[in-house]
Amino acid sequence: MSLLEIESLRLSIGNFEILKGVDLHIDQGEVLGLVGESGSGKSMTALTLMRLLPELAQTSGRVTFDGIDILNAPEAAMNKLRGDDIGMVFQEPMTALNPVKTIGEQVAEGIRWHTGANRRDAEDRARAMLDRVGLPEVKFPLSRYPHELSGGQRQRVVIAIACALEPKLLVADEPTTALDVVLQAQILELLRDLVDERRMGLLLISHDLAVVADMADRVTIMRHGEVMDAGETGRILTEKAHPYTRQLAEASTHVPERVSRFIPPPLTPPHKGEGDVDVEGARGRWRYPTLLEIRDVTRDYAGRRRSLFSKPEPFRAVRGVSFDLHEGQSMALVGRSGCGKSTLARMILALDRPTSGSIRFGGEELTTKSEADLRPSRRNMQVVFQDPYGSFNPRHKVERLVAEPLHLLESQPSRSDRRERVAQALGEVGLSAADMDKYPHEFSGGQRQRLSIARALITRPKLIVADEPVSALDVSIRAQVLDLFADLNQRLGVAYLFITHDLAVARAITDQVMVMHEGEIVERGDTGAVLDDPQSEAGKMLVAASPDLDRALARRRAANA
Amino acid sequence: MPIWRGYDFHMTLFLSKRIAIGILTLLVASVIVFSIMEILPGDPARIMLGMNATPEALAALREQMGLNVPLLERYVNWVTGMAVGDFGNSYTYRSPVIDLIAERAVVSLPLAVISLVLSTVIAIPVGIFAAARRGRMGDTVSMGTAQVGVAIPNFWFALLLIYVFAVWLRLVPAGGFPGWAGGIWPGVKALILPAIALALPQAAILARVTRSAMLEVLGEDYIRTARAKGMPRRYVLWRHALRNAMIPVLTILGLQFAFLLAGTIIIENVFYLPGLGRLVFQAITQRDLIVVEGVVMLLVASVVLVNILVDIAYAMVDPRLRARA
Repeated sequence: MSLLEIESLRLSIGNFEILKGVDLHIDQGEVLGLVGESGSGKSMTALTLMRLLPELAQTSGRVTFDGIDILNAPEAAMNKLRGDDIGMVFQEPMTALNPVKTIGEQVAEGIRWHTGANRRDAEDRARAMLDRVGLPEVKFPLSRYPHELSGGQRQRVVIAIACALEPKLLVADEPTTALDVVLQAQILELLRDLVDERRMGLLLISHDLAVVADMADRVTIMRHGEVMDAGETGRILTEKAHPYTRQLAEASTHVPERVSRFIPPPLTPPHKGEGDVDVEGARGRWRYPTLLEIRDVTRDYAGRRRSLFSKPEPFRAVRGVSFDLHEGQSMALVGRSGCGKSTLARMILALDRPTSGSIRFGGEELTTKSEADLRPSRRNMQVVFQDPYGSFNPRHKVERLVAEPLHLLESQPSRSDRRERVAQALGEVGLSAADMDKYPHEFSGGQRQRLSIARALITRPKLIVADEPVSALDVSIRAQVLDLFADLNQRLGVAYLFITHDLAVARAITDQVMVMHEGEIVERGDTGAVLDDPQSEAGKMLVAASPDLDRALARRRAANA
Repeated sequence: MPIWRGYDFHMTLFLSKRIAIGILTLLVASVIVFSIMEILPGDPARIMLGMNATPEALAALREQMGLNVPLLERYVNWVTGMAVGDFGNSYTYRSPVIDLIAERAVVSLPLAVISLVLSTVIAIPVGIFAAARRGRMGDTVSMGTAQVGVAIPNFWFALLLIYVFAVWLRLVPAGGFPGWAGGIWPGVKALILPAIALALPQAAILARVTRSAMLEVLGEDYIRTARAKGMPRRYVLWRHALRNAMIPVLTILGLQFAFLLAGTIIIENVFYLPGLGRLVFQAITQRDLIVVEGVVMLLVASVVLVNILVDIAYAMVDPRLRARA
């Protein structure tokens, strides 16, 4: 008898069938990876076993946990179970904690509720649990509020809440998706240790095969509310017997075919003066002219005042960054969250001005230009954002949305000319001209990201800055979008600056990588070279922490041998 | 958890900033009130003496009332006077304005406080109740009632109350105010109907705001976290959702106070209460400018004060605001 057994679970909301007969089971001390793309029903499966479904949800089938019939248990019994025998960790740590209660209250609350312990004892246990998840008392007293903690630290608090009463089963729904790779590795390690230490069962929900390959004893792969494939992790992911498993595995390691349009520049250490670089070396000359020249760019933000009498100390987000980007070059800017990469990107896009330093785009200095004088430069650089849902006004049609950057042109195109340009841009990203008269909600996530790429292309820019452009997409869609980026670079010669913490993205479509750490560029070089053999500490840390399907499977084989 | 745990110099800074802004608001308001009263046609001296007054008598009275000094000087005299509690002398009552105000404030202040408390204690539980039973019978009925409450004019509701409770049931007097000298109970009895009439529309709005604030908070991730901890629905509602939902509710509460004060002018007339509202109403019809100015400034000051209190309440409810201050 397994700890958790789900048999032919069906779930519908209204007339919409979300789960169509799901079977899975978890034993004590076992890690089950539940994999699937968005809409596959994996989160709904988790919410079912917590009985935290939306009000209108209708379920049938059997869910048995520790001998309890979950689907038919009274609410009072579920309250006893939740937080005591089953703990749950959610995807978004930034919003998972109550902002007006201290972390101590939030951890101790469940302990008091379930054990009837007095405040003191509950707080002692909460303290011990927070220590265990890596939040020591000196820096993280119980009286801290969530807003005083970073995303990774908040996720530790959520894990402390979920594990405080040593549950028999921990449900973790995409627990690291919102975190950078280094934090992801730390949180996964913490989860693994807790599972080993307390012989918990773990239901790990993820869309990331590499993470699951690393963590899970068995995997269950879901699609459209059905289980496609299930079994022992190593076997399932190595043999890839099921076509969908194969498709997922291929998509997640997908590298678009592309030739660098660009002869790799000599490897230079950062912060070298012009004279130090021997350009006429064995590796030849630049084939393309310089598009973007960044010199000693620094950005300070006003810090927080600590007392009435001391001056606030400025926070330096970007420290003396210098680099060149050439026409047609595809460059990745990688680093952990908070390293300053988005601040740098905002300055390049002239959405923010550096405290000091120079940014030249197409030979023109951007930092001193007025908003009106920036228009020609803005036309030549466009941006693609992370979230394809939030970056479109839902009340406008595609034609208007994609045509938006055209106002940057000197002369406004006529209506028919405008439609033609939109049609062309849509064609370039693989959509059809007929899509022009639709609204954004009529498109899927991947199609919307194509729309934002079309919008970026319409002014024929020389540079596209893409801020985590595929991190919100499912693996198969993400592979398509990466192909699109690669193709546009080949055909149109657009230069890219890809901002990402995902090294797989960097590897897939960039010629060069810059590693940013605490506001500085600490390493720069050809993508393959840097990612295979990073020299800087920050680079090594990123590479070591990045989940990698092949590496994880190799490790698994080595451990079994 | 002690709310003032976060107390540090930020809180002091926050408070001093709020108070400074409040004083600035008062100054701006004083300029506006003073200029409007100056621009309005009508010479108070002539109004006091009537149409048949001799030019000599008029000049003498103008001199006596300080209407002959230059505008700026008059403004400065007025403001500095108010700062030390001297609001000048009424043209028609011929007694210090501050005495008139004090006499009336003992009616209006309790009236405002009672109706504010009344609307809060009715509205917040109703809003929470409706949010907790969203889409069900209780929600529909309470929000339907609230909709009616928003739509009913308060003076009409006041007349209805008088008819039912004073004329028909004879529980309370239909109007007038016996003063506090005869004990608290007769005073409260005289104020209870006007307070209800004032509170009803306020409560209706506040209940709707509370409901929508609660619904929004109940959809937040941290509510799910609390439920996943095993906390029952009702506990989560009161212990996790309520405090987060209080921020928009406090905002509306602060704004409503100003409407409450404006509402007293009508309600005091309906109930023949000798309060500030009636005082200002009569002073306007009699062109007793100095009384109008004094009372309006007092009302502005009380609104400013309430908004400072609301800001402090924000900081107590939300630790993020404490930190950002």
